[in-house]
Amino acid sequence: MKELKVPIYLDYSATTPVDERVAQAMMDCLTKEGNYGNPASRSHSFGWNADKAVEEARANVAELINANPKEIIWTSGATESNNLAIKGAAHFYQKNGKHLITCKTEHKAVLDTCRQLEREGFEVTYLEPRDNGLVDLDDLKAAIRDDTVLISIMHVNNEIGVIQDIKGIGEITRERKIIFHVDAAQSPGKVPVDVEEMNVDLMSLSAHKVYGPKGIGALYVRRKPRVRIEAQIHGGGHERGMRSGTLPTHQIVGMGEAFRIAKEEMAADNERILMLRNRLLNGLKDIEEIYINGDLEQRIPGNLNVSFNYVEGESLIMALKDIAVSSGSACTSASLEPSYVLRALGRDDELAHSSIRFTIGRFTTVEEVDYAIELIRNAVVKLRDLSPLWDMYKEGIDLKSIEWAAH
Amino acid sequence: MAYSDKVLDHYENPRNVGSFEKDDPSVGTGMVGAPACGDVMKLQIKVDNDGVIEDAKFKTYGCGSAIASSSLLTEWVKGKTLEQASEIKNTDIAEELALPPVKIHCSVLAEDAIKAAITDLKSKAEGEVQKKIA
Repeated sequence: MKELKVPIYLDYSATTPVDERVAQAMMDCLTKEGNYGNPASRSHSFGWNADKAVEEARANVAELINANPKEIIWTSGATESNNLAIKGAAHFYQKNGKHLITCKTEHKAVLDTCRQLEREGFEVTYLEPRDNGLVDLDDLKAAIRDDTVLISIMHVNNEIGVIQDIKGIGEITRERKIIFHVDAAQSPGKVPVDVEEMNVDLMSLSAHKVYGPKGIGALYVRRKPRVRIEAQIHGGGHERGMRSGTLPTHQIVGMGEAFRIAKEEMAADNERILMLRNRLLNGLKDIEEIYINGDLEQRIPGNLNVSFNYVEGESLIMALKDIAVSSGSACTSASLEPSYVLRALGRDDELAHSSIRFTIGRFTTVEEVDYAIELIRNAVVKLRDLSPLWDMYKEGIDLKSIEWAAH
Repeated sequence: MAYSDKVLDHYENPRNVGSFEKDDPSVGTGMVGAPACGDVMKLQIKVDNDGVIEDAKFKTYGCGSAIASSSLLTEWVKGKTLEQASEIKNTDIAEELALPPVKIHCSVLAEDAIKAAITDLKSKAEGEVQKKIA
């Protein structure tokens, strides 16, 4: 057996390594022997060649989501795409109404953008998902008002990996003539995306979650029926005026190549990743007092989000220093708040504090998963031996019956 | 976040993990924090007849800094009188472990824990006196 290299990367939903094939395509667009021209240069072959590469990439991205290449706008990433889509559409259509609907478990790039619009005088309804993380379509219908102009719901949740019923929502928004934005940063290469079948109007995409480079993303903007957005970045009128700024050829080519590979290898990748995810799940599921967060069926293959009750998430991550995972508890950042996503699911703060997100990807191996299982099992035993809450649980004391001094 | 070597050492090799019988009159128990906040510390001290802490044990649910703070505290209180132990300040713990600003609350919790344990011990003693008077 080949030597395991630690730490083992199990955080593919945070970002992915760039695929070698992608890196090679990018490197071909950088140096003086390569395709380094400005795609906007119309007067020489350097520009034409760069433009050709950019348009090929655009076609690859469009193809993965069943869009027309003309509907793809390059951005710096999904955060910018979310900002452009939500602010851009809200500003453009505000004469029709100033009400938006989204969900409490959206990414901060959506939630914070909505907060900004609230400061500008828009009203936003934040839907509470069911306890499996999925939006109830009846709740969504009930939240629609005559002045609702935009609904923004993510496709795949970044923390718990659940897949929303985008097609179901698209039927509702199309019928009610409401603009439908989907944050699909986590979906390409993991679940099929079809903007036609799903009736999506705006879709945010990212390269670095699917073995492409960081710093590049795209926004799908529907042409039929035409969806309008107000530009957020002004300048030379690139991307048909929707997003100015010199196109970074190497980044774009990287995203195009990553999406091309994703389309080609999605089925095989997912089959293997699901096998590894289930192996991890089977290796952990007999541990006492563990809880899977989010629906296990409506979920991407690579995600497992687990709460280990009576073990605090950050200390668990410390014990798991040989595997790179992320904690649902945001203790590792400056805030001491537990995951807002898990709280929106109705999880107790304790369980939200005890959650770990494992995300498996293209380069994960069976040996790595087996190593992780052993490490996790040992760490949970060690930390529970240290935990006064575990003792109390074992003594049959109901922790909810105790008056804790919140601090 | 990067932890200091001392935090890592206490986390990897926590000192004095365990429990005493909490009804023992020579044992004081302090349980502070809340599960919802992500940390709960249980500190127990055992005093001899002269009121000197002869042993201390802890169990902590919390981040590495919380575990290290309570582990360090058990080392520090041993051999101290209750009065000396009550003078331990969170800033001393934070400094010894080089805690970053977001983790200062862990040292505060440790200070609360020793104070709570001493209070518990004293209230037990007073309870005994009350019983005798009655």
